[in-house]
Amino acid sequence: MDSRRDFLKGVLASSAVVTAAAVAPPACARETHGRPAEALGLLYDATLCIGCKACVAACKEANNNPPEFSTVDHLWDTPLDTSGYTFNLIKMYRNGTMETKDAEVNGYAFMKTSCMHCADPSCVSACPVSAMTKDPVTGIVAYDPGACVGCRYCVVACPFGIPKFQYDSPTGKIGKCELCRHRYKDGHYSACAEVCPTGATLYGKSSDLLAEAKRRLALKPGSQTRYPRGKIGGPDQSYEGPVGNYLQHVYGETEYGGTQVLKLSAVTFAKVGMPNLPPNSSAATSETIQHSLYGGLIMPIAVLGALSFIAKKNVHDEADSTDTGSGEK
Amino acid sequence: MAHTHNARPAPVGGSLINAATLVCGILIAILAAILLVRFVFGIGAVTNVNDGYSWGIWVVVDVMIGSALACGGFSVALLVYIFNKGEYHPLIRPALLASLFGYTLAGSGIFFDLGRWWNFWHIFWPSYVNASSVMFEVAACVTAYIVVMWIEFAPVFLEKFGLHDVKRKLTKVLFFFIALGMVLPMMHQASLGTMLVVMGGQVNPLWQTPMVPLIYLLTAIIIGYGVVLFESCVAASAYRRKIEVHLLNPMSRIMLGVLAIYLLVRLGDLLARGALGEAFKPTLQAAAFWLENLCFVAPFFLIGNAEARRDPSRLFLAGIAIMLGGILLRLNGFLIGYGHHTGSGWTYFPSFTEVMVTTGMFSIEVLGYIIITRRFPVLPREHAQVAS
Repeated sequence: MDSRRDFLKGVLASSAVVTAAAVAPPACARETHGRPAEALGLLYDATLCIGCKACVAACKEANNNPPEFSTVDHLWDTPLDTSGYTFNLIKMYRNGTMETKDAEVNGYAFMKTSCMHCADPSCVSACPVSAMTKDPVTGIVAYDPGACVGCRYCVVACPFGIPKFQYDSPTGKIGKCELCRHRYKDGHYSACAEVCPTGATLYGKSSDLLAEAKRRLALKPGSQTRYPRGKIGGPDQSYEGPVGNYLQHVYGETEYGGTQVLKLSAVTFAKVGMPNLPPNSSAATSETIQHSLYGGLIMPIAVLGALSFIAKKNVHDEADSTDTGSGEK
Repeated sequence: MAHTHNARPAPVGGSLINAATLVCGILIAILAAILLVRFVFGIGAVTNVNDGYSWGIWVVVDVMIGSALACGGFSVALLVYIFNKGEYHPLIRPALLASLFGYTLAGSGIFFDLGRWWNFWHIFWPSYVNASSVMFEVAACVTAYIVVMWIEFAPVFLEKFGLHDVKRKLTKVLFFFIALGMVLPMMHQASLGTMLVVMGGQVNPLWQTPMVPLIYLLTAIIIGYGVVLFESCVAASAYRRKIEVHLLNPMSRIMLGVLAIYLLVRLGDLLARGALGEAFKPTLQAAAFWLENLCFVAPFFLIGNAEARRDPSRLFLAGIAIMLGGILLRLNGFLIGYGHHTGSGWTYFPSFTEVMVTTGMFSIEVLGYIIITRRFPVLPREHAQVAS
């Protein structure tokens, strides 16, 4: 009788705990973060990109990365994707006869691959040791190899496949774009934007870049406009050129709460390797679950208390009986 | 109380050198050789992990599946100490031992996979810790649980070495460690599932859900019982002992109850999110999904009635089905159902050396289990012991 009652008590107690844990309204719901007011970033306009890859070379040099080879002769740097040693790459979209630039059918287009500097980065939420951090002012997502344990949760978590690891080294690091934050003190900015001859990659405050992107989207395709180069708000290096046949979508305006690197394209973003992402970040979902279950350790301590209470009673029963049990032997 | 009739645990005895221990020894030597190469030349020298699949079997099998298969101790402790089913007490020590090994190895196995392993202590150092990271929660809880399990298991060593005084003192506070030994695995087994959440759309909707902590927690408990079924049958056959059918029969009924709850949660979640359509697409993921759930449904056909639950071979098969289901759930979430939706054509299949390290890890577990059960009081005493 007693044992049955205890059993039922146990069932009730533990199902209450599990249910509470599972269906409790997320009291600690964590909202998706937005971009900091002074966030820095890039605007990449695929219609302006001519695929010269000056930005790829400049990035290598600025980050002191070795060349990577994909051809037999090993003559020059030819990475096929970003890696632990290549933080920026221009990829090409090809379709059919490839006659027209920026056409989805029988055309070709370029797309920059590098860190998007998310407003609410998955890598930062994933990292157990704060080796991936987001600067509260500039919003730059930075990596500290001195803190990193090499678990590569950031590699697995990033929706853009950006943080990459150096698997060929016993002391490998994560490699990713940090917006050239190490060059700011010398008055420089992101090397890719500094060298871009057409202004396809433009550096600046994300708010300014977003305004510039929207300005371009409002223009009539084929009309003439002025395109700034280098850095928004920097010395005037602008030139006049034709307006591209843009999709009415600033990639990064709302994706995962927004990204600090923004993109314009004439070819559907999903086709040039940019995933469809919801406005809510997965970091927010993950942290909401974690904080609801473990916030202030309230739930674990409550469960521990309840289980200790029940276990204490049952262990005593058993200690008594095993003592008599050993006597019977 | 019923359990006063239970036989007290005793060492099985017998030689430590036999075919099984020798094979384990060789596999462990191979493991050591491969790890030497890994630590000198890097992870890439011996594994096939890449930037599209940065977590291979060393993480998914050794740590995630290894720790889930080590939930026997936790599941049986729940029965004995919370549901006050004292009659299951003889199952506790062997189950706890398997858990102890499983977890200690899962915990140390992560070391081989840490690219910057010399910094591992940062995970516990307040100035580095990111409390919002699911990985941090898992690491902290697993480590604490390993310590707690060694404390829970300490009476075995204290008995062996005749330290009855210490044992008596420990017994007084053991209830607290037993409770901790249940809360900690509940926390991190749930969190092992939550680790998928931050990966967002990279995980197939069949396995990506905010309910994932509950799904992983429930399956961890069920796998715990499945492993006890499996181990009891293997230990009985290897040591030519009687199978504890009188315990396994009612325990497997409880297992079916939890399993039924799990299947309702799983199906309800898939329907509520409208994700079930993924299961009817002609993909590898859909096939893996059906296989996983066939394994979870199989026990109802194998041991659905009391008659079948008295058949050791059916209990054994049901245990294997549950273990396979749990293994597949984790493989599916982290590897088969995972892939960058940027579609950059990454693939992963473990290399031979990678597999040999995982095999070596399981060999350490088997060898440890043999040594301890033969030399320490773990398995219930039997009148006529034939230990070869």
